[in-house]
Amino acid sequence: MNKELDFSQVNWTEFGKATNATLQMLGYSSLFTLLLGLPIGIILFLTARSSSVGARTVYSILAFVVNLLRSVPFIILIIALLPFTKFIVDTQIGVRGMIPPLVIGAAPFFARLVETSLREVDRGVIEAAQSMGASTRQIVFRVILPEALPGLIAGFTITIITLISYTAMSGLVGGGGLGQLAVSYGYNRYETSVMLVALVIIVIMVQIIQMIGDRLVTHFTRK
Amino acid sequence: MITIKNLVKTYGTGTKAMTALKGINLEIAKGEIFGVIGHSGAGKSTLIRCINMLEQPTSGEVVIGKTDMTKLSKNQLQEQRRRIGMIFQHFNLLSSATVYENIAFPLRLVRTPKAEVDRKVKEMLELVGLTEHAKKHPAQLSGGQKQRVGIARALATDPDVLLCDEATSALDPQTTDSILRLLLDINRKLGLTIVLITHEMHVIQSICDKVAVIQGGVIVEEGPVIEVFLKPQQPVTRDFINRESENASALEEAIRSTTAVSARTVKVTFIGDLTYQSILSQTVKETGVDFAILQGTISRIKETPYGQLIVRFEGDSADIVRTLERLTEQRLEVEELGA
Repeated sequence: MNKELDFSQVNWTEFGKATNATLQMLGYSSLFTLLLGLPIGIILFLTARSSSVGARTVYSILAFVVNLLRSVPFIILIIALLPFTKFIVDTQIGVRGMIPPLVIGAAPFFARLVETSLREVDRGVIEAAQSMGASTRQIVFRVILPEALPGLIAGFTITIITLISYTAMSGLVGGGGLGQLAVSYGYNRYETSVMLVALVIIVIMVQIIQMIGDRLVTHFTRK
Repeated sequence: MITIKNLVKTYGTGTKAMTALKGINLEIAKGEIFGVIGHSGAGKSTLIRCINMLEQPTSGEVVIGKTDMTKLSKNQLQEQRRRIGMIFQHFNLLSSATVYENIAFPLRLVRTPKAEVDRKVKEMLELVGLTEHAKKHPAQLSGGQKQRVGIARALATDPDVLLCDEATSALDPQTTDSILRLLLDINRKLGLTIVLITHEMHVIQSICDKVAVIQGGVIVEEGPVIEVFLKPQQPVTRDFINRESENASALEEAIRSTTAVSARTVKVTFIGDLTYQSILSQTVKETGVDFAILQGTISRIKETPYGQLIVRFEGDSADIVRTLERLTEQRLEVEELGA
């Protein structure tokens, strides 16, 4: 019998656990990526446009760090961050051990997407708010973020999907979840059926997230 | 109300420096509609944006009421800006907010109580005639309606001054007229001082009390609209006016077309009630000269009717002189054109 298509050997309980682990990694890392990446994106946006020397310096430093982190391949980033991860969450493996590298890998990416979508906001609208006496803080929270919302949602959707591929990669270094299942069964033990099932689940996840993202973007687009 | 003294604005530094405003002086009285007209690149946009410090002037003073806008701290400036409304060529509304929320925006910036916001927004919606569109988003409105929202938003905080940055330039002629009527109406009702910049003489003619002509960063001509309009001194001013009413080469041809031995061509200007009287025909009946109207406009500047006719008198030269004297006696302005 063709072993490659034998789904009877697939351990569904194992798959349930692995899917759950992936979703947990995804949930936490998405949340922290949002919390870290959004402010960084806002700071990048504000300092890039400023005329003050101090702000330009902040921009240069921040932009350098962001570019640096973005240029490191994720699999190397996980390894490079091992001591840091140990320090933050007291473990280097499993769901918990994967969250710090996932966030550090994805937040700079998301921050750049945030910066780009904030730049799309009509300058005239910002100017109108200034002419009405709005402070910088009010302009950020009442003008720029609401106006850029569709773009921010689209960017966050892309980031979550990137995180899914990162979680799968983390399976190579003991991250757990669907990635690890695919690697240890599908690759190391030639159980192609396991890999296939893992793949299908990941594809479904990506499709669902993209669909939700698209719906939200449509809902919030007023142009 | 607004005094601008020696206002200079230079962009960039060193060899790349570009001076947009070269020492502007203006005095704008309370309750006045003051227009600044100029071609694009003349500096009019920079000038209006220096009034509320959207552009930081390089030197000079902008005094509104008793406050010198150029000497304010960041917080004081934000405070002062709430007393100055502004509307824009491209409306600059929040696309993510409804009409209601757009108008409420400046009120919410200063944490106005909800009931007060609601009262004020409804009052403004009524003022600009958009009550039934309160729940729509700007994308669902026409250009004219968007500008009405812009006006309502600018007036929600009861400002003393309204700045209009090419407010009608993106609108079609009919919509332009309805927005201009609204501005004039608001000026009367609220005693609001309005400063507007435009490149269309029509806008100045329709609602402004005073006009300044700006060219190359300098005010080249300034005064009550009726004076500037009927007796333009500078080529650039004439250019703006001619585009609206006259065609110079056609006129020259018309002047030369006479075969009469003795003819004189004059520009006769009627202002106010005189416009609609039959002065010209009565006078020629008395003096017995013939006349031909080569070109003419009967229109209004804001509320004042005026007529400006280019008339060629033909006949006995003494009779023509007498005719011209009679016209001057009846308070018409007569200016001889090159024969």
